[in-house]
Amino acid sequence: MFFNTVLLALRDIRRNVMRSVLTILGIIIGVAAVITLVTIGNGSTAQIANQIASMGTNVIMVSPGQHRGPGSDDTAPSFTLQDVEAIRKEISPLSGVAPTCSASATAVVGNRNWSSSITGSSNDFFSVRNWIIESGRIFEPIEQLAGRAVCIIGSTVQENLFLKEDPIGRKIRLGKVSCQVVGLLKEKGQSSMGRDQDDLIIMPLLTVQRRFTGNRDVAMIQLAVADGGSTEQVTKDLTELLRKRRHLAESEEDNFSIRDTKELAAMLTGTTKTMTSLLGAVAAVSLLVGGIGIMNIMLVSVTERTREIGIRLAIGAFEHEVLLQFLTESVVLSSLGGMIGILIALASSFWITKSMRIPFIIDLQIICIAFIFSAAVGVIFGYFPALKAARLDPIDALRHE
Amino acid sequence: MSKVTAAPLIHLRGITKSYGLGQALTYALHGIDLDIAKGDFVSIMGPSGSGKSTCMNILGCLDTATSGQYFFSNLEVSRMDRKQLASLRRYYLGFVFQGFNLLNRTSALENVELPLMYRGTPARQRRQLARHALRIVGLDGREAHTPGELSGGQQQRVAIARAIVTSPAVLFADEPTGNLDTARSHEIMELLVGLNQEKNITIVMVTHEPEMAAYTNRIIRFVDGSVAEDADGKNEHTPN
Ligand SMILES: Nc1ncnc2c1ncn2[C@@H]1O[C@H](COP(=O)(O)OP(=O)(O)OP(=O)(O)O)[C@@H](O)[C@H]1O
Ligand SMILES: [Mg+2]
Repeated sequence: MFFNTVLLALRDIRRNVMRSVLTILGIIIGVAAVITLVTIGNGSTAQIANQIASMGTNVIMVSPGQHRGPGSDDTAPSFTLQDVEAIRKEISPLSGVAPTCSASATAVVGNRNWSSSITGSSNDFFSVRNWIIESGRIFEPIEQLAGRAVCIIGSTVQENLFLKEDPIGRKIRLGKVSCQVVGLLKEKGQSSMGRDQDDLIIMPLLTVQRRFTGNRDVAMIQLAVADGGSTEQVTKDLTELLRKRRHLAESEEDNFSIRDTKELAAMLTGTTKTMTSLLGAVAAVSLLVGGIGIMNIMLVSVTERTREIGIRLAIGAFEHEVLLQFLTESVVLSSLGGMIGILIALASSFWITKSMRIPFIIDLQIICIAFIFSAAVGVIFGYFPALKAARLDPIDALRHE
Repeated sequence: MSKVTAAPLIHLRGITKSYGLGQALTYALHGIDLDIAKGDFVSIMGPSGSGKSTCMNILGCLDTATSGQYFFSNLEVSRMDRKQLASLRRYYLGFVFQGFNLLNRTSALENVELPLMYRGTPARQRRQLARHALRIVGLDGREAHTPGELSGGQQQRVAIARAIVTSPAVLFADEPTGNLDTARSHEIMELLVGLNQEKNITIVMVTHEPEMAAYTNRIIRFVDGSVAEDADGKNEHTPN
């Protein structure tokens, strides 16, 4: 009996090729769209998480002034190396403290030039910001103390100035300064904001202060919290220390700001989460459109199906046999469509994530949701008209218009 | 003659059928009393709209009467539930619709096989019986045609083949020759007479043509939803 019903259902699918194909198509579109879009969203989120990790975890950045939009006070005093020393002594646990100042200049090698930003810092900068030296070395103490013209460059600078040549030991002209390359940083890739992280030149702090900025200011202090340390506690201690050192009265506001990458990370992941839900919304719409398509096809064929049910009942089918047949038909069509949709989604999102260079992460939950939703639409709209028709007297089903 | 001697297979008492409600209430049947004996061959005649099809549908358990009693072989059909009615249709009744009611886009053979499928007849036997039924209505060679590829008369013959393929206890045929030419009509009537005599299938058919009614043992005439006349067919129309 059951076998017969399945046979009848399959025969019916074959008989109504057009209707079956359209139903399957509706489900395929819904399922494929949702899974693909959500996979892309998840990939981007993961990508950003990776980039945040590459920035160095638990990095705290201290800069003078409040970043509260335009008109913030530029009058806030900069930090000094004494501030850096005080932090090194009084705040723990830290794994590195890097004072930085920056400048920009056009770098020239032979007839090639490249504008880049120059960061003056100490060797701590590399550990704090998770930079790995690909070749060459970090700064010698004497180079830092004497403010020698040496630099370590990022891979973008290397590519633009030296092409495929080995830059170690070569000279770069930066404005009036001729500077020797002692190290090359390992490539990190694009940052989440689309900024090229590898486009940088690092020199000893003193060199930059003397030759470029012309003062003794430390524009920013970057520090890394040691493993097991609490970013919140360090931030609190820092605030207290800096307020004391900058002689701020109880009533005065901070004239410096402290940001940590955790906060930044939260902000960035927040952005991608928004993007993912946006994509999800678009996907939900396509799912809905697919669903409405299926609904339409089913409703258009209700008259024909009702008559068919009337005929089957009239020549001896039991109500439950007719229902089982139509249910089987809906389930077969819907799950076939769902499976094709999943395959298409996996193939297309694999391809898209690959070409976008973001991780390909399969979200089983979304696959299930998309599949169940579309299948439910298919089954409900395929089955319910049949349910209604099978409850009629055969003659009424036959007369249905 | 047979109707007075044999125990009635079909026994209708006061069957009415009304459509609509309130002002629009109309009666298609006003209290039909009718007995049909097992093995009888009955024709129903009457003007268009007199309730012939309505009565046939009730007899064939496709429709339910508004009031009255219907006994089929001592079982009260008017009290049966849907499942029992379906069983009755499946195992005892065959029905030829005035409007054919074949499954679209389905071959003639599959259409004819369908009632056997619901009876659980094995596939091979089913195919054999269906081919045979199509052959005896003169449709061999047309097994693979769908209703859309067949003429009205051919569709009607597929519908007849579908109704007789199960050799039902009772065959209800609503104008089975309505779309056929005279020669074909006579062939079909011969076929029905044969089924009636050889397989003892009780047949009730509706017809407008006195020539076809003449093949039957008994003619019931409907007028305005009531039985107006009930006579012995052979005596009236075939004097010899
Ligand atoms: N579903 C319905 N709703 C309302 N009235 C109906 C319905 N079906 C039939 N009728 C009415 O019942 C009456 C009997 O109809 P029926 O089909 O039984 O006539 P008939 O004798 O078979 O006619 P014909 O010879 O034309 O087939 C008609 O007046 C018709 O209008
Ligand atoms: Mg009629």
